[in-house]
Amino acid sequence: MWEYTDKVKEHFLNPRNVGEIENPDGIAEVGSIACGDALKLSFKLDESKRIKDVKFKTFGCASAIATSSALTEMVKGMTLEEAMKVTNQDIAAFLGGLPQEKMHCSVMGKQALEKAIENYQGAPSKETVAQIICECFGVTDLEIERAIRENNLSTVEEVTNYTKAGGGCGGCHDAIRHIIEEVRAEAKPIVRPKLSNIQKIKMIEETIEREIRPSLKHDGGDIELIDVVGNRVLVATRGACATCKAADITLKHFVEQKLRDLVSPELVIEEVTP
Amino acid sequence: MKTIYLDNNATTQLAPEVLEAMLPYFSDLYGNPSSMHSFGGQVAKEVREAREQAAALIGATPDEIIFTSCGTESDNAAIRAALAAHPDRRHIVTSRVEHPAIKSLCAHLSRQGYRVTELPVDKDGLLDMNHYERSLSPDTAIVSLMWANNESGVLFPVEKAAELAHKRGILFHTDAVQAVGKIPISMKGNVIDMLSISGHKLHAPKGIGILYVRRGTKFSPFLIGGHQEKERRGGTENTPSIIGLGKACELAARNMEAENTRVKQLRDKLEEKLLELIPNSRVNGSRLYRLPNTTNMSFEFVEGEGILLLMDEYGICASSGSACTSGSLQPSHVLRAMGVPFTMAHGSIRFSLSIYTTEEEINFVIEKMPSIIERLRSMSPYWTSEKACTVQ
Repeated sequence: MWEYTDKVKEHFLNPRNVGEIENPDGIAEVGSIACGDALKLSFKLDESKRIKDVKFKTFGCASAIATSSALTEMVKGMTLEEAMKVTNQDIAAFLGGLPQEKMHCSVMGKQALEKAIENYQGAPSKETVAQIICECFGVTDLEIERAIRENNLSTVEEVTNYTKAGGGCGGCHDAIRHIIEEVRAEAKPIVRPKLSNIQKIKMIEETIEREIRPSLKHDGGDIELIDVVGNRVLVATRGACATCKAADITLKHFVEQKLRDLVSPELVIEEVTP
Repeated sequence: MKTIYLDNNATTQLAPEVLEAMLPYFSDLYGNPSSMHSFGGQVAKEVREAREQAAALIGATPDEIIFTSCGTESDNAAIRAALAAHPDRRHIVTSRVEHPAIKSLCAHLSRQGYRVTELPVDKDGLLDMNHYERSLSPDTAIVSLMWANNESGVLFPVEKAAELAHKRGILFHTDAVQAVGKIPISMKGNVIDMLSISGHKLHAPKGIGILYVRRGTKFSPFLIGGHQEKERRGGTENTPSIIGLGKACELAARNMEAENTRVKQLRDKLEEKLLELIPNSRVNGSRLYRLPNTTNMSFEFVEGEGILLLMDEYGICASSGSACTSGSLQPSHVLRAMGVPFTMAHGSIRFSLSIYTTEEEINFVIEKMPSIIERLRSMSPYWTSEKACTVQ
C-alpha cells in the first residue's frame, strides 16, 4: 500500500473541481490510457484575466486524482503568469508530499497546466522539435531534460519516478543516462564572480543565517560564526550541536557543503572552542 | 468497520483450529524433534502426523513431503535440484504468467547462461499444448508450470504437460501454491516430479511451505545443514508451523467440497451480478478452467488503485493488476501476457474468496461496487469522450 499523506487521501476522496468547462478559454489533455494516467484540464478567465474557474477530469491512481484536484485549487484566482510559475514540486508540497514513485503525477499536472495556458495563448507547440526517448510511455527528450533540471535528478530511477520514462521495457535507460550526463555537465561550470574579502564574509554570514541555522535549530542545535581567515571559516557549535557526537559530520557534510555551493568552493570549515 | 476479506490468493486467515493446534508448541512443548529424549520425541511424533496429513491432502506418501519455509523456497529448491541432477542440460521451460518466485529465478538463471523458454498464453490465459511440446528438447533440464494462476485463477493442464515431459526424460515441477486445498489433487494419479505448496494460502501460518518430491527423484538439498527432512532440507524444524500446516491440510481436505460448491457459487454470483450491474466490465481469463474461488474482473476506463482505495473505505479487501498497484509502471505481466487491452488492464480487480466468505459479504460488495466504479468514471476523461471508443 502506498503511504499517502492525509491531504492526498482527502483530495482523492473529495476531489475539487471535477468536470469540464463549457467554452473554456484554455484546455489541454496530457497522458494516455495506455500509460495508466491522463488528465484533461480546462479553465476560464475573468475580466481581469485571472483564472475564474478551472476543472479537471483524470484517469489514474489516487495520487493522480489528488494532484489534479490540488492543482485546480492552487491556480484558481491566479493570473496566467502566476500560474505558469507553479512547479510540480509546489503541487507535491501543497499535498504534504508524494511518494517518490508517484512524483510523475505532479509532473503530469504541471504539463497539463502549461499546455492549457499555451492553448489559450495560441503559442506554437514546442513539441515539434522534441524526440521520443521512451517508446513505452511516449516521453520526449525535452520532458526528461526539464524534469532533471527542475527537480535536480541524477539517476535513471529518479527520472522514471518523475516522468515514467524508462519504466517499461527499459530499452531507453542508456539514452536517459546520456541525457542526465549532458544536463548535469552543462549545469556544472557555474561562473562565480571573484569575491572581495568583505563580500565573502557577508555572503558567509548570510548563508549561515538563512540556509544553515534554521535547519540546525530544527534539531535543537545552533552555530556561530567566529571568524573568517582566508578560506578558513571558523565556527563554534551551540545548543544540541555542542554535545552531539555527529556534529563534525554535520559541519563537514552539511555546513561546509552549503557554503561551498553557495559562496565559494574553496571554503573549509573549522570548529573552534571558544 | 467490519473487514470483508476477498484477497485470499494473497494470504488467508489462520483457521482457529490451526492456531489451537499450534499453541502448545510455542510454550510447553518446545522440544526439538531430533532430540533423543522423550520430551523432544513427543514433538517428533506430531511432526510425523503433520507430514501424514499433508501427504493425504495431495495423495502422496509422507516421505515425499519436505517442509520448507515458504512457497518461494520450495520453487527455488525444486529448480536448483533439477539443474543439479542434469548438469549437462542448459534449458528451462516455463510460462510467461508464472509467479515471481519462478519468473525472477528463471531470469536470474538466464543471466547465468541457461536458456529459458517462456511459453505464451492465449487471451483466456491458456497454454498452447502443441507449442509446449515443440519447446521440449534433449537439452531441457526441467519444465516448471504453475498449476493455478494467482491472478486469474486459470488452471494449466499440468498433469498432461508432465506426461509429455516425462516421455522425453525431462523433470516436471509445478508451483501449486494456489491450487492445493482449492481443487482435488492426487499425486498417485499423475507423474509430476515436484510440487510446491505454501502454508498461508490454505489457512496455515506464513513462513511454512512444502516441497513434494516424488519418491525416486534425484534430489539435492537447497539448504545444506543437519539431517532434518531426511537430509533434503537442513535447519531445525519449525514445529508449531509444521503442526499448524498439517492441521490446515486436514481441514482443507474436509472443506474441499464446500470450496467447490458453496464458495464457487458465491464467486459466480459476485461475478455475474457485477457484470450485469456495471457496464463495460469483463472477466479476465478462462471461466471454464479456473479455481473455484477466484475472479479477475476489469472495469473499463478507471484505474485499479482508485477502486481499491474506495473499496477500502467500506472495509472491502481485494487486489489489482493495474500499473499503480504493481509497483512498476506497467500493468501485471499476467494480464499483459493474456493481451488484455490497456483500457481494461488498468482497471482490473481480483476477488479471491475462501470458505470463510459469507453470502452477506458478497451481497454487500455487489451493493457497493457499482457506485464505486461510477464515481471514478465520472472523473475519468475517457468515460464520456468519444476517444474512449477508439483507444486500444
